[in-house]
Amino acid sequence: MSTTTLTEIAHSTDLIKNLTLRELRGKYRSSVLGWLWSLLNPLSTILTYWFVFGLILQLPATVGTKTGLDNFPVYLMCGLFPWAFFSSCVSGSMGVIVGNAALIKKVYFPRAVLPLSYVLSILVNFCIEMTVLVILLGFFGVNALVVLPWLLILMMLLVIFTLGISMAVSVLNAYLRDLQHLIGSVLLQIMFYLNPIVYRISDVPKNVELLGFSVPLRAIYLKNPMARFVMAFRQVLYDGVAPALKDFLFLGAASVVSIVLGWMLFSRLEWRMAEEL
Amino acid sequence: MSDDDIVIRVDNVSKRFRLYHELNRSLKATVFRQGRAKYEEFWALQNVSFDVPRGTTYGLIGQNGSGKSTLLKCIAKILRPDGGSITVDGKISALLELGAGFHPELSGRDNVFLNAAILGLSEKDVKRSFDDIVEFAGLEQFIDTPVKNYSSGMYVRLGFSVAINVDPDILLVDEVLAVGDETFQRKCSEKFAQFRAEGKTVVLVSHGMGSMRMLCTEVALLEHGRMLTKGEPDDVIQEYLGDVVEERNPDGEFGQRWGSGEATIENVEFLANDKPVGSHVNCGDRLVARVRIRANERLNHPVVGISVNTIEGVYVHGTNTRLGEVDLGVVEPGVMIVDWEVPRLDLLRGVYLLSVAVTDETTLAHYDFRQRSFPFTVEVGDGLFEEGVLTMRSTWSVEND
Repeated sequence: MSTTTLTEIAHSTDLIKNLTLRELRGKYRSSVLGWLWSLLNPLSTILTYWFVFGLILQLPATVGTKTGLDNFPVYLMCGLFPWAFFSSCVSGSMGVIVGNAALIKKVYFPRAVLPLSYVLSILVNFCIEMTVLVILLGFFGVNALVVLPWLLILMMLLVIFTLGISMAVSVLNAYLRDLQHLIGSVLLQIMFYLNPIVYRISDVPKNVELLGFSVPLRAIYLKNPMARFVMAFRQVLYDGVAPALKDFLFLGAASVVSIVLGWMLFSRLEWRMAEEL
Repeated sequence: MSDDDIVIRVDNVSKRFRLYHELNRSLKATVFRQGRAKYEEFWALQNVSFDVPRGTTYGLIGQNGSGKSTLLKCIAKILRPDGGSITVDGKISALLELGAGFHPELSGRDNVFLNAAILGLSEKDVKRSFDDIVEFAGLEQFIDTPVKNYSSGMYVRLGFSVAINVDPDILLVDEVLAVGDETFQRKCSEKFAQFRAEGKTVVLVSHGMGSMRMLCTEVALLEHGRMLTKGEPDDVIQEYLGDVVEERNPDGEFGQRWGSGEATIENVEFLANDKPVGSHVNCGDRLVARVRIRANERLNHPVVGISVNTIEGVYVHGTNTRLGEVDLGVVEPGVMIVDWEVPRLDLLRGVYLLSVAVTDETTLAHYDFRQRSFPFTVEVGDGLFEEGVLTMRSTWSVEND
C-alpha cells in the first residue's frame, strides 16, 4: 500500500528535482563563498593528502601508462573523487530519513526520493569535480576527452552502486541509529585506507603472513567493488586506458546487486517508517 | 449508492502500534537482548469501516487517543494499516501539519515550489498558481525572504496556502482550521466553502463541535480505536457530548467544587413541565432546576446563584436570588429547597452545564460553589432546527409589492 513503486518514482521527477535543489541550495546558503565551497572542499583534501603522502612520506605516483603522467596530486584526485562521492552519499544518506522525520510523519510521498535526491545532489558535486579534473589533465597535456565514454559509463555504474547502498543505510538507520556512528565514523574511515586510494594496488602484497596463515591479500582487495571502482577510474583518467571487459562486468554486476538489494530492503522497511521515527 | 460515488472506502481497517518499553534501541541493547526490543502492542484502530461519498464533508470525532488522527494518516498513506484496506479515488492533499518540509534557509519562493512538489504538484502547475498562493498567504512582500525569518503566523499561512492550492479532489484536514488571525481564518473558511461548492470531498478531524456540526454532512464517532457510531452530525455529536459528560463524571460530579462549608449544595433535580426528567429536557419546556441545600449553621440572607455554560465553554446565562430580588432571610440549620424556574427554555439542542453556588449576602464569600457540575441535555423539542445556542423566537415575513 504505502510501498513505493517504480511508477511513483517516475511520476515524482519534479519532486526529486526540488529536493535535490533544496539539498544543494540549503548546503551553501548563508555562506559567503557559497558554491565555491564545493570546489574548495575537495581542493583542501587533495592538498592535505598531497602534503602528508606526497611530500612527507614521499609515496610515488605511478607513471601513467599511455599518458606518461607522473604527478602525485593528480594521481590522488583520480582515486579520491570517486571515493569521496561514494563516502559522502553513504554517510549523508543515513540522515535523510531521520532528518526528514517531520515530513515523513505528515505527508505522503514516495519515500525513496529522499536518498535518491540526496545522491543526485552529491552527484552534481562529483560532476563538477570530474570536470575540473578533466580540465586539469588538459593542462598536463592529456586529452581526457578520448576516454570520456568510459568515464561516463564508470560514473553511471558508480551512481547505481552507491544509490543501492545509500537506500539500504538510509532506511536501516531509521530503525537502528547506531548505524550512523558505526558506518559514518568507523567503517568509512577504515574503508578509505582499505581502498587503493593513496597507494597503488601493486603496493598491496599478493600474500601476507597473519597468525601463521597465508592470506591472499590482493585477491581479497580485488573482491571489493569500491577498490575496483577506484582502480577503474584511475586506469581511465590517469593511464588513459580503457578498462577490460571483465572489469566492466564485475562493476556492472556489483551495481545491479547493490541496487536490487537496496531497493528490496527499502521497500520492505519503508512502510513502518512513519511509526519508527 | 453506486461504487462510483464513493471516494474513500475504509474497509475493516486495523492499525497496531508498538510501544517500546526501552528508549534505548541501540545496537548494544539489541545484541544484549538478543533480538528485537520488547514492546507492547497497542491497537490504535480496530475494524473500522466507513465510506465517504463524493462531494461530502465527512467529520471524524472522538476524544484524544480515539484513533481519529491515526485514521486520517492511514487514509493519507502516511501509515499502513495492519489489517483491512483503504481505497481512495482521487488526488489527496492532507493538511496535517502546515509547512512540513519547509527549509529554513530557503526563501518563501523556493519553499513554495518545494512544498508543492512534496504535495504532488508538478512544476508547471505551481508556476500557474504561484501568484494565487502568495496572494492568499498575504506574503507578497516577504516571498524572497528566507522562511527562517518568518513569524510563526506567516509560516503557517504559507503552508496552508500551498496545501489548499494544490487543487486536490480530497482534502484531509486535522485541526488546522484555527490558524492565523481573523482575516486569514475568514479567507480559509471561504476557501473551504468554495471547495465544497465545487463538489470536492473533505475529511475533517476536529474538537470544535460547533464547526463540525455546521460543516459536516456526516460524522463518525471513534472511541478507543473503534467506530462507535456514524450518521447525521447532530445525532452523533449529541451522543459524543453525552459520553464526554458521563466519562468525566464518574461519581456524579463534573466540575470543580469549593467553598467554606457553612452550607452545602446536596443535589439539583431537573423538572420539565413539573415532571422529573433526569437530565433530558426539550427546547420550549418549562424548566425547573430544584436545588437542595443543607444549611450547616445559621445563615444571614444567603444568596443562591446559578449559571449555564455550553459544553464548549460558552457562558450563556448567569443569575442569582439577589438579582431576582428574592431575599432568603435568616436561614436556620436544615434543608431548604430553592427552585430556579425558566418559563420557556430557549436553549437549542446541545449539552449544557449548570453551575450552582450558595454565598453570603455580598456574594463574595462562597459557602459552596459547584462549578459546571450539573449537566443537562436539550433535545429538539418544539421542532426547532435552528442553529446556535439560543432560539430567539424569531419570525419571518415577506412582502410582495
